[in-house]
Amino acid sequence: MLDPVPLAERPPILEMRGISKSFGAVKALSDVSFTVQEGEIHALVGENGAGKSTLMKVLSGVYPHGSYEGSILFAGEERHFRDINDSEKLGIIIIHQELALIPLMSIAENIFLTNPPARHGVIDRSERHKRTQALLAKVGLTEQPDTLITNIGVGKQQLVEIAKALSKDVRLLILDEPTASLNETDSAALLELLKEFRRNGITSIMISHKLNEITEVADRITVLRDGRTVGTMDCHAGPVDEDEIVRRMVDRDLESRYPKRDPKIGDVIFEVENWSAYHPQHSDRQVVKNVSLKVRAGEIVGISGLMGAGRTEFAMSLFGRSWGRHITGTAKMHGKELDLSDVHKAIKAGLAYVTEDRKQLGLILPEDIRKNVSLAHLGGVSSRGVIDDIAEMKVAQEFRARMRIRSHNVYQETGKLSGGNQQKVVLSKWLFTGPEVLILDEPTRGIDVGAKYEIYTIINELADAGKAVVVISSEMPELIGICDRIMVMHEGAFVGEVSGEEATQENIMRAIMRRKGRE
Amino acid sequence: MSTPQEAITAPPKATSFLKDNLRDFGMLISLVVIVIFFQIATDGVLLKPLNVTNIVLQNSYIVIMALGMLMVIVTGHIDLSVGSVAGFIGGLAGLMMVSWGINFAVVIVACLAVGGLIGAAQGYFVAFLKIPSFIVTLAGMLVFRGLMIAILGSQAIGPFPPIFQKLSSGYVVELISSAGGLYITSFVLGLILAIILIVQNVASRKRRISHGVETEPFGFFVAKNLLILAGVGYIAFLISSHRGMPNVLIIMAVLIAAYSFLTTRTVVGRQIYAVGGNARAAELSGIKTTRLVFLTFVNMGMLAALGGLVVAARLNSATPKAGTGFELDVIAACFIGGASAYGGVGKVTGAVIGAFLMGVMNNGMSILGIGIDYQQVIKGLVLLGAVCVDVYNQRR
Repeated sequence: MLDPVPLAERPPILEMRGISKSFGAVKALSDVSFTVQEGEIHALVGENGAGKSTLMKVLSGVYPHGSYEGSILFAGEERHFRDINDSEKLGIIIIHQELALIPLMSIAENIFLTNPPARHGVIDRSERHKRTQALLAKVGLTEQPDTLITNIGVGKQQLVEIAKALSKDVRLLILDEPTASLNETDSAALLELLKEFRRNGITSIMISHKLNEITEVADRITVLRDGRTVGTMDCHAGPVDEDEIVRRMVDRDLESRYPKRDPKIGDVIFEVENWSAYHPQHSDRQVVKNVSLKVRAGEIVGISGLMGAGRTEFAMSLFGRSWGRHITGTAKMHGKELDLSDVHKAIKAGLAYVTEDRKQLGLILPEDIRKNVSLAHLGGVSSRGVIDDIAEMKVAQEFRARMRIRSHNVYQETGKLSGGNQQKVVLSKWLFTGPEVLILDEPTRGIDVGAKYEIYTIINELADAGKAVVVISSEMPELIGICDRIMVMHEGAFVGEVSGEEATQENIMRAIMRRKGRE
Repeated sequence: MSTPQEAITAPPKATSFLKDNLRDFGMLISLVVIVIFFQIATDGVLLKPLNVTNIVLQNSYIVIMALGMLMVIVTGHIDLSVGSVAGFIGGLAGLMMVSWGINFAVVIVACLAVGGLIGAAQGYFVAFLKIPSFIVTLAGMLVFRGLMIAILGSQAIGPFPPIFQKLSSGYVVELISSAGGLYITSFVLGLILAIILIVQNVASRKRRISHGVETEPFGFFVAKNLLILAGVGYIAFLISSHRGMPNVLIIMAVLIAAYSFLTTRTVVGRQIYAVGGNARAAELSGIKTTRLVFLTFVNMGMLAALGGLVVAARLNSATPKAGTGFELDVIAACFIGGASAYGGVGKVTGAVIGAFLMGVMNNGMSILGIGIDYQQVIKGLVLLGAVCVDVYNQRR
C-alpha cells in the first residue's frame, strides 16, 4: 500500500517546533525543529552529544512537558506528555540502545510485561502464547514464545524488542542505534523489517552512526549538531552523498580535532604473544583468539573493531586476568616475561588499564579527587602502611594542575565532576602508578569535543615521554586522528594492521569485511 | 611536573566551613542536644556521677562491637550474628572458667581466638564464595544462638572469678588516696587524654599550615579544642567523682583510638573504603578486595568475642539470654552515626557517637519511667529519622 502522494506533501505525523532543553548551564538542545511525515523512515544523525537522545527523550516524555521549551504536535494535535506512558498510549514507542528486556523471563513474558492478556486479573497464558507467536512471525523470528531471553542472541533480542513495540499498536517507532551491536546478517534483516513496516504504514525514526545503512533505508535524514538542527535532506530528491552527511555532522575539518604530534618511536617495549581467553560463563566460547601485539616506546597503537570484537576482553584479560578464564599466552616487557596473574602484579609490572566504563569500573565516585588519584599506588604516599596525607594531597594537586582538572580543589567528590574531568582523574590515577604501557579503553567516550582534545593532548604527551600507548576505540576517526598504527580486531582475532598515514575508515572497514567474506 | 599554584592558601570563612562539615558535627550536636534534653527532663539525674559511669558501662560492649561493624558496613556488608556470637563466647567463657576452672587469661585469649575463627568462617562464605552477608550471618545468628544454649544447657553459669569480673566492673587503681570524694588518678588520666588530643590537633594544624593546606579557620580551631578540653575534662570529673575510671573505659578508649587511626590514616583503612565505594573499581586498581572483606569479618568476630566477654563479666554469669538483640543496637549505632547502607561511607567517631546517642536515650527514658514498649518505638523512629536526614543531606 505504497502511497502515491509524494512524501513532502503528506501530512506530518510528528512536528517538534523550537525545542530547547538545558541541564543546568549546559544547553543540550536549542531551538530544534524536527518534522516526520507519516509512513516514512526518518534518520536522525549527529555526533555523540549532538542532542539526538535528548530530543527523543523529550519526544517520549522522559523529560516531561514543562521541562523544555517548544511544542510537540503528534497526529495534528499539540501534546503535553507527562511521562513515557502518555506517549506510549498514542503509539510512540522507543527502543533504546541498551535493551530493556528481563533476561530470566521468557519472550512472551517480556513482550506482554506491562499489559498481559488477562481475565479477571489472571494472565491468560494460552492467549499470550498465541499472540506472541503472531508477533514473532511478523518480525521473522521462529523462536518458541517460552524461550528465555538469556538464551537468544543480541540480534534476536533486538527483534523481540520490536515485537514488543508491535504489541502496543505502534504508530511511530523510534530506534536508537538498533544495529550497533548486531552483525551484518542481523543488521540486514532488521533493515528489511523496517522497510516492511514502511509498506504497512508504520513510521520509524532511526538514530544511527552507520551512514551506509541510513542511505540504504531512509527517506529523509535530519542532521543535528551541538544541539541545533543543521538541516533535513530528502533522499528521493537525488542521491545523498555520505561525505555530505559527515560534513554537516562535523562541520570542522579533522585536522583541528586532533592535536599535532611528531612521533618519536623507539624500540619494542611491550610484546604479547598468542594471547587467548575464554568467556567466564560459556567456557567453550573463545573470545580472544591468539592475539599477538607489539608496542614500541613512544608509539600509539589503536585497536579498532565492531562492538563485541573482543577488544575490551583482550585488554582486561591481559590486565591481571580481570576478565575471562583459561587465559593463555605470554606478555613481555623489554624482552622479559611478565607475571600478570593478578591486577596488583600487572600494575607492578608497569601496566595501566584505563577502563571504558569510568563510573562503574574506574572511579570510587563518593570519594574525592585526592583519594582516587592515589588509590592504585598508595605505596607512593605512605610509609609502613601509614598514609602521609600531605604528600598525598600534593600528588593530587600536581595532577590536578597538570591535567587541568576543573574543580574547586582536590577534596571535591569525583561523582560531582563532569565526564571529561572524571576521565582526567582516572588518567591521573594511572599515571601516578608510573606505568610503561598504558591501555586506554574508549578514553573519550561520552565527553565533549573540548575535553576530548585535552585527552588527546595528554595521550600525545605520554607517548612523547616514551610510554607505549594502546588505544581501544569504537570511533574510527579518533583512532585515525591519533594513532601511529591501527590493529583491526574482528571476532576475537587481529585481522589487519594499518599504518597511521594510510588509515581511512574505508580500509579499516575493508579489513573487517574481507574477513567476513571468508567466513 | 609543574608545582601547583592553586594550593588552598586562604582558609575559608567559619560559616562556610561549618556548612561543609555539617555532616560531621551534626551527630555530635544531636548527642549534646539529647544529653541536655534528658538532663533537664530527669532533673539532673542523667549527669550524676553514678549515672555517667553507668552509661559508660552499659554501652561499652555496643561501642566495642560497633567498631567492627562499622568496617563491615563500610565494605558494603552486614553482620547479623554479632549478638549470638557475643552470647556464645560468654557461654564458652563461663564453661571454661567456671565449670573447668581454667585460668582467666588463657580463657580470654582462647575466646578471642574462637571469635576470630567464627569471623573467618563467616567471612569465607561472604568473601570467597560470594554468598550475601545478610544470609550467611543470619544463618550464623541461628547457629551460634543454638550452640550457646547447647553448651549452657539453658542454665546460667556463674559466678566468675573476681579477677575476671574486673574486666567490666573494675576501676583503675588509685595511686593517691582520693581527696574530697575525687579519684585523683582517674581525673588526671582523663586530663592527660584531653591534653594528648589537643597536642595532636595543634601539631597536625602546624604541619598543614607549613604546607599551606589548612582549611579550618583559626577561631574555629580554638573553639573546638576548648570544647574538647571542657567536655573530656567534665566527663572525667564526673566519673572520678563516683568510683574512678572503669577499666572497660580504658579498653574502649584504646580501641577507639586504634580503629580511628586504622580507618583514617592507613593504607588498609583506605582500601576498605574503596572496596565499599566501588568494589570493581577497587579490584581494577590492584586492591585485593576478597581478602579485605574476609579480614573485616575476622576482625568483627574478635570484637564480638570481646564484647561477649565484657557482657559476661558485667553480668557475672553466662546466661542463655545474653547478647540477644545486640546486633540491632550495634547496627543502629553505625547507621545513626552516618554510615551508608550502600557501603563506602562511615566513620569510627560517628559509630561511637551513634552508640552513645542510643545509650543516653535508653538510660534517660528508663530514668523517666518510660516503658520498654515505647522506648523501642522511639528508638526505631530516631534510627529512621537519622538515616533520612543523612540521605537528604547527601542529595543536596
